[in-house]
Amino acid sequence: MASILARLPSRLSLVSRPGARTIAHFKYHPDQPITDKGQLEKMTMLQSITSALDISLEKDASTCIFGEDVAFGGVFRCTVGLQDKYGKDRVFNTPLCEQGIVGFGIGMAVAGSKAIAEIQFGDYIFPAFDQIVNEAAKYRYRSGNLFDCGSLTIRATWGAVGHGGLYHSQSPEAYFAHTPGLKIVIPRSPTKAKGLLRSCVNDENPCIFFEPKILYRSASEEVPVEDYSIPIGKAEVVKKGSDITLIGWGTQVHVLLEVATMVQEKLGVSCEVIDLFSILPWDKETVFESVVKTGRCLIAHEAPITGGFGAELAASITENCFLNLESPIQRICGYDTPFPLIFEPFYLPDKWRCLEGIKKAINY
Amino acid sequence: MSINLVLRNVLRSRLPILSLTRVRLLHEDIHDRSQNFPSPTMAGFTEKLDFIAHNAYDGIPIYRVCNRKGQVIVPGGDPGIDKDELIRMYKSMTLLNTMDKILYESQRQGRISFYMTNYGEEATHVGSASALDPQDIVYGQYRETGVLLHRGQTLDGLMNQCYSNQLDFGKGKQMPVHYGNKDLNFVTISSPLATQMPQAVGTAYAFKRAKNGLVVICYFGEGAASEGDAHAAFNFAATLDCPIIFFCRNNGYAISTPAEEQFRSDGVAPRGPAYGISTIRVDGNDLFAVYNATKEARNTAVSENRPVLIEAMTYRIGHHSTSDDSSAYRSVDEVRYWDVKDHPITRFSLYLKDKGLWDDDTEKKWGQDARQQVLKAFARAEKELKPSIKEMFTDVYDDIPPHLQSQMKEMESHLELYKEHYPIKNYAK
Repeated sequence: MASILARLPSRLSLVSRPGARTIAHFKYHPDQPITDKGQLEKMTMLQSITSALDISLEKDASTCIFGEDVAFGGVFRCTVGLQDKYGKDRVFNTPLCEQGIVGFGIGMAVAGSKAIAEIQFGDYIFPAFDQIVNEAAKYRYRSGNLFDCGSLTIRATWGAVGHGGLYHSQSPEAYFAHTPGLKIVIPRSPTKAKGLLRSCVNDENPCIFFEPKILYRSASEEVPVEDYSIPIGKAEVVKKGSDITLIGWGTQVHVLLEVATMVQEKLGVSCEVIDLFSILPWDKETVFESVVKTGRCLIAHEAPITGGFGAELAASITENCFLNLESPIQRICGYDTPFPLIFEPFYLPDKWRCLEGIKKAINY
Repeated sequence: MSINLVLRNVLRSRLPILSLTRVRLLHEDIHDRSQNFPSPTMAGFTEKLDFIAHNAYDGIPIYRVCNRKGQVIVPGGDPGIDKDELIRMYKSMTLLNTMDKILYESQRQGRISFYMTNYGEEATHVGSASALDPQDIVYGQYRETGVLLHRGQTLDGLMNQCYSNQLDFGKGKQMPVHYGNKDLNFVTISSPLATQMPQAVGTAYAFKRAKNGLVVICYFGEGAASEGDAHAAFNFAATLDCPIIFFCRNNGYAISTPAEEQFRSDGVAPRGPAYGISTIRVDGNDLFAVYNATKEARNTAVSENRPVLIEAMTYRIGHHSTSDDSSAYRSVDEVRYWDVKDHPITRFSLYLKDKGLWDDDTEKKWGQDARQQVLKAFARAEKELKPSIKEMFTDVYDDIPPHLQSQMKEMESHLELYKEHYPIKNYAK
C-alpha cells in the first residue's frame, strides 16, 4: 500500500490545483478519524480510494478493475500502481465505450467475479443508462434470483469541480434513484470513501459509487490503512443541532457545515447537519428523527432542483413529519439549467444561498 | 480462419498495388511504416487516391454440408454424430415445433398473454446447442428456445414460465418466452435487444481468468446487431481476447424491417474481420453446417481465447410474435417457399430417413407422442396457481430493504380492505 501511495504524481488531473481558482465554494471539514481500525495514515480521497481498491483486489482473486485509462493509473490517479501489483488481467483498459464497460461488468458479475467498473466522469454514464437501469438493476428480479450481478460496482467521478462546464460537473444521482434494484452511494471524505467503497464492492447488489472529484486532492485526513467498511443505507448526523436539519451529501456536506457555523455565530441558530451518504436506499429513520426534533429542514444538492433527489426527501419528510414542521422545507439546489462554465459561482448552492434558505425557514 | 484469409486476399487484390520499382524507391517509407503510426496496421503507403469501394469484394460464402434433399454434398462434411444424438436432435427440433404450434394457438385463445414461435430456425438452435459443452454458458435474445430444450429443459418448465404460475423459475415476473435456467447454464432472457452481448463478453472474460475450459455463446438477430451494444461486444471481445461465440440468426426481418433497411453491408458477417474476429457464414437451415461451424468455433475460442462470429442465414417463417401479422409487410408466397422448399426439419428428416434411422411410422408415432407430451404439460401449467403476491417485492435486492418491507405491508393492508376488487384467489398464499 505504502509503495503505491508513494508513486502518486501530482499532475494529470482536472481537479483544481492551488491557485487555479482563487475561492473554493466550500471549506473542507476533516472527518473524525476511525480509531479502532489500527494504524492511520494521511490520505487524500483519491489515495483512500486506491487503498480500498487495493484491498479489494487483494482479498478476492476474482476481482477486476477496468474502464477507460485505468491501467496507467487513471486520469485521476485512483488506480495508480494496481496493474503493476495485480497484473494486466486484473486491472486493464477497455475500449472507449461506456455501454460496453457496464455490460461487460454485468457479465463478469453474472459469472460470480467481482467487477469494479470505472466510468471516467459521471457525465458520461448515460450511454450505459440502459445497461444500468434495464439490465443491472433488474437482473435478480427478472430471473427469480436464478442470476444476479450483485458483485458489480460502478465507480464514477461526480459533482462540480470549479471549471468543469457541462460535461465534467454533473450530479446524476436522481436519474438512478428512480431505479429499484440499484444502490447509490456518495462519500464526503477520504475516510468515508474507503469504508463505503469497500461496502459497495462486497454488497450483493449492483452499486453506483459517485466520487466527488473536487475532493480527490483537496480532502486529506488520517485514514486507517487496514480494511474497514461503513454500512450502506445509513446516514450520519455530522453535527448535532436543535433548530433546523440540513441535509446534503458529497461536497455539499462541507458547505452545510460551514453554513451551520456561520448561522450559529451570526444568528444563534443551531443546525443539525446530516450526511445522507446513501441515496438509494436512503436512511428515512435518521432523517425523520432529526426533523421531528428540529421542526425545520433544508435540503441542498448541486444537481438541478426539478426532479432532484431533494424532491423525494421533501415529499417523504412532509408525509412523515407533517405535524412537526414549523416551516416549508427549503430546497437549495442547482438551477434548472445545464451546468454552466463561467457562471459556476452563481449556479452552485453555495453557503450564501444556503444561509438565505436557513433564514427563510427560521423567520417563517 | 479461412474466411479471414479469403477476405484479406480479396481486399488486397482490389487495392492498388505498387510496382516493384516504386516499392524499392519507397522502401524506406514502407520499412518504418509501423513506427510512424501508433495504431496497428498491416498497410503500406500508396500514392494513388483510391477509395475502397463499398462493393470491393464478393460476399462471404454460405457454408453448407447438405443439400435441400438432406444429402451430404461435402466430402467429410458429415460430422459423424452418433445415432442417439441424431435422433435426440431431431426430437428437439420437432418437439419445439409442436410446442410452438400449441402455445401459439393458446395465445390466440387468450390463455397466455404473449408468444414467439421459432419456425424455420430450429436447426440454428439445436445444431449449435449440440456442438457445445453443456457447461458453456448461453446468452440468448428470445428466439432460441431450442437451445434450452436440447439441453434438457422440461416442457413443464417452459409452460410454467409462459403461464407465470407459482412453479415458474422466474416467479412470474417476466413476459412469456423469457426463459432462464441456472442448472442448464442458460442466462435469463430479457427484452432489451443486444444488451446480452457485452454481458456475454464479460462472462467469457471471467471464464478465461478461471481457466475452466468453457466458452460463452451469445445469440442475437440481425436486427439486434444494429444496436450499439453489438458494436461494444464485438470490440471488447476482440481487444480483451475472450473465448466467446457470437451467433447471429440472420432471418431477413426485424419485425417488419427487411434486412436491406437494417444494413447496406453484406449481412453481419463482414463486420467480424473488421473487429479482428474470425468469422464464418453458414446455411442456418442445414443442421450439420451449423453443428460443424459451432464445433470448430468452440475449439478456436477455447484454445486460443479468441472470439468467433457465426452468421446463420435463415428465414423467419412465423410472425415476429403473437402481436404481429407479418402478412402486412411480406408475401404469403415468400413464406410458403421457405416452409415448403427449404425447411430445416424437413431437410434433416430426409437425411435420417436416407440413413435408415427414421421412417414414416416412427414419424407418426413420435408426432402423436410429442403432441401428448406438450398438451399434458400445458394442462398441468394452466391449473397451477400464480405465485404469492408477496413475490412482487422479492429479489429487487438480495434482501428486502425497510422501504420495500413497508410498501409490502401497505399492499397487504390495502388488499385486506379491497380484496373483492382483486383476483386474489388465483394467487398462492
